[in-house]
Amino acid sequence: MTMSHDAQAYNFAYLDEQTKRMIRRAILKSLAVPGYQVPFASREMPMPYGWGTGGVQVTAACLVPEDRLKVIDQGADDTTNAVSIRKFFARTAQVATTERTQEATLIQTRHRIPETPLTEGQILVYQVPIPEPLRFLEPRETETRKMHELEEYGLMHVKLYEDIARHGQIATSYAYPVKVEGRYVMDPSPIPKFDNPKLGQSPAIQLFGAGREQRIYALPPFTDVVSLDFDDYPFASSKAPHDCDLCGARQSYLDEVITDDRGGRMFVCSDTDFCASRQAQGKVGRLGVGQAEGAK
Amino acid sequence: MSAHTLSGGFADAPIQSARAFRALLEAMARPGTIHAVTGAQPPAPLSVAAGVALLTLCDGTTPLHLAGTSDRPEVRDWLAFHIGAPLVGPQEAALALGRWEDLAPVNRFRIGLPDYPDRSATLIVEMDRLTNHGPALTGPGIETATWLNLPETAAFQANRALFPLGFDTIFTCGDRIAALPRSTRVEAV
Repeated sequence: MTMSHDAQAYNFAYLDEQTKRMIRRAILKSLAVPGYQVPFASREMPMPYGWGTGGVQVTAACLVPEDRLKVIDQGADDTTNAVSIRKFFARTAQVATTERTQEATLIQTRHRIPETPLTEGQILVYQVPIPEPLRFLEPRETETRKMHELEEYGLMHVKLYEDIARHGQIATSYAYPVKVEGRYVMDPSPIPKFDNPKLGQSPAIQLFGAGREQRIYALPPFTDVVSLDFDDYPFASSKAPHDCDLCGARQSYLDEVITDDRGGRMFVCSDTDFCASRQAQGKVGRLGVGQAEGAK
Repeated sequence: MSAHTLSGGFADAPIQSARAFRALLEAMARPGTIHAVTGAQPPAPLSVAAGVALLTLCDGTTPLHLAGTSDRPEVRDWLAFHIGAPLVGPQEAALALGRWEDLAPVNRFRIGLPDYPDRSATLIVEMDRLTNHGPALTGPGIETATWLNLPETAAFQANRALFPLGFDTIFTCGDRIAALPRSTRVEAV
């Protein structure tokens, strides 16, 4: 037994070994049945439910000391949730951290998939608030479990159809349901539907943790993931019809930022690392400040 | 009880089990890939990899079945000291350990319930060798196709036909592991 650092107050990655074994068994089963929600005995974590306790537990069960951890919240590395989870693991697991997507081996995310394509050595851990895609259509767990068992997903198509009847198009714009390997309908967590095409055939391992709802599910690499749609109303990814005002990116997902009380606004990349590295390469948007000028 | 009963476990469990799980995670997420693990010295005839898999996944809450030659006093004592899993018959086992011929017929093991397919057994199969040569594997986790020297194909094809039910398999040989989840399609070549 090596006593590293000053008196070690926490077990490696915070959780006790028995809890990690239980989570690890659930993760392996979730990989064996892609898209199926495996129940697990979620623990209380030193942060409130809704702040990523599911993702934190999955991350804690997967971390090794050699990992380089990145945490994003809606694409940003510098928001409260992301900063506190990153500090939590830097302290309890002594892992290195980064904001660069390419350098990270494990990325915990709330509601976005990074713009930079993921690679084979990476694990993406999602924080999930409501793992059950049918929950808002059928509140009873006994019923939704039966619906998954029988592959009875008609209700979900009725919901999408009602969208079309009411709005002329499928109005669901985030947490857009997907079907995994032709079997389970899965909630991809509240990522914008812009990110849905990145779910399937990804070289990275994708794990989903829902702490309050006590569920873990997974997408192994190179898994078929299809966003639900109709032949005459095919799935369409969407984003604000603008370029990033800071880095000029045309294909990235954008946040709208209100800049004054007279209708002024700007659109910026939601992925802060993607935007910052483009600006570092000298790419400038409508309101961006060039590197030379910014350095003054 | 011999002196060896007390040794051979993880010396630094949090770190060693984390690294071991990462190898198991990669193995299960990418069926057919072979990974090296270290840290356990279980009594014969258990391989290092089988010992590591048990120390990482098995505890007092997971009933374990020992099949064939793995069911001997030295092994039982070692498991009782380091893991404390209840030893049970094949029908109740969450994890089972043995050589393929000792585990057969594998339809004795739990395949999960239609509404809870996760309540299925994980088989740890001791192999004489582990190479990427043999039946072809396709499915989730595999980009195009890969190969693994499975002990047979028929049982795994029958298991795949039960999807989303079925058992999951971890293969161990020396200090190396590979895995075959129930989702993988197997074809003899």
